[in-house]
Amino acid sequence: MRPWRAALRKELLLQWRTRAEVAAVFAFGAITLLLFSFAVGPAPQALRTYAGGFLWVGLLMASTLALAEGFHRETENQALEGLLLLSLKPHAIYYAKAVANWLQIGIVGAALLPEMIVLYDVPMPAPGRLLAVLVAGAAALAAPGTLYAAMTSQVRSRSTLLPLLLFPLVVPVLLAAVKATALAISGDIMREWSTWIGVLVMFNAIHWPLCGLLFAHVVEE
Amino acid sequence: MISKKASSSIQALAAEAIPHDSPEAMEKDAAVSCSGLCRRFGGRWALSHVSLTAAYGAAFLVTGHNGSGKTTLFRVLATAIRSDRGRARIAGFDLGRERAHVRRHVTLMSHHSYLYEALTAYENLDLAARVAGESLAPFAIHALLDRVELDDRAHDFVAEFSAGMRKRLGLARALIRTTPVVLFDEPYGQLDPRGFALVDGVVDECRKRGAAVLLATHQIEHGRRICQEALVLARGRCVWRGRAADLPPLRLGHSQETEKEVS
Repeated sequence: MRPWRAALRKELLLQWRTRAEVAAVFAFGAITLLLFSFAVGPAPQALRTYAGGFLWVGLLMASTLALAEGFHRETENQALEGLLLLSLKPHAIYYAKAVANWLQIGIVGAALLPEMIVLYDVPMPAPGRLLAVLVAGAAALAAPGTLYAAMTSQVRSRSTLLPLLLFPLVVPVLLAAVKATALAISGDIMREWSTWIGVLVMFNAIHWPLCGLLFAHVVEE
Repeated sequence: MISKKASSSIQALAAEAIPHDSPEAMEKDAAVSCSGLCRRFGGRWALSHVSLTAAYGAAFLVTGHNGSGKTTLFRVLATAIRSDRGRARIAGFDLGRERAHVRRHVTLMSHHSYLYEALTAYENLDLAARVAGESLAPFAIHALLDRVELDDRAHDFVAEFSAGMRKRLGLARALIRTTPVVLFDEPYGQLDPRGFALVDGVVDECRKRGAAVLLATHQIEHGRRICQEALVLARGRCVWRGRAADLPPLRLGHSQETEKEVS
């Protein structure tokens, strides 16, 4: 347990030290939301309808930057190999990294929420539900994202390859998160919200253990 | 110039050490014992049928020109990469089947520093100690930093360090665990003369506490002074093996030159 805690502490410390990068990731997401509002034009109803979709596409695109950068630090001086040779288990490295990524994506998502509300003139009837979608959705992006970031970290064109691999896999996440966000915004008359949250929970229940297992095969030769 | 007698004995040793397909019987009591190790990168054999035996409390020099396979050999022995063929035992554990045990018994000081640029020197050592399961008190970490003459820079970020300072910090990182097998890959690189003495002292200390030390370096004179056994690699093959004191004066130019020099 102690080495895992040390790995997590390292991840959080590195994120804090490189917080300018987190700010850049947020700025990227914020600009994406702004561009969507320009693309749709002065149509408040359309913006409100698609606000959830814009938020999650913006967050997904911004998260790939954060995920790739997080692994770049590990390959800089072969630091990841150094941890493995100190007998740190690959799954400990994975879970420390995935939790840190979850936190980072969640923070960026939470920071994008007010922008979405203001920019798209979105009413916020269920902030608790919105937060729950954000937590579950960020976890669902972080689990496979961490694995794919590790897979592409040694490749020269990693910034292109990571979204190419990740985006098709997280289609169900995007679908469920967008639906659940829209229901949290516009009201859940048909009581569908829990179904979509259930999809996110199921995705997490499958991918967190699975990616933890596969991570060892990715980082170990 | 090598005398005729010395030359013939080298030839005999070289003939004994020339790669072969039938793996030698590995010595069970040796700290490091490998037989017929091979490793391929794409179509190129970086390591071809390398065998060696290193005893506890001894220092073993591994030398050869750039690209001769020294780093590959060390990375295989440290479990950073797998061998394609051959067998090895490290501290009694099988390299292929007992990798987790091997890792607990080997320290590799690689020419990669294994350091995080955004962490300070102290934080890097603290992290390595915690991950390795060693409970080092702050004063012990400062003592390690003092040992490599970096205590006054303990709270500076690694990103601000020079290449030599990173090397010293890498050396301190390698000293966190006291494993029975220690592999130093080019430990003298980027170091000043005081750094050379520091490495020599560390190698000697490891050896005295009973660890087997494998030292890969181009600094043959240094290696000859502090090592008992030696091995010369050229194009991934072992071309000479014997007592370090008997090592012919190599210029370590191209692989062909090295092979010519030892035969």
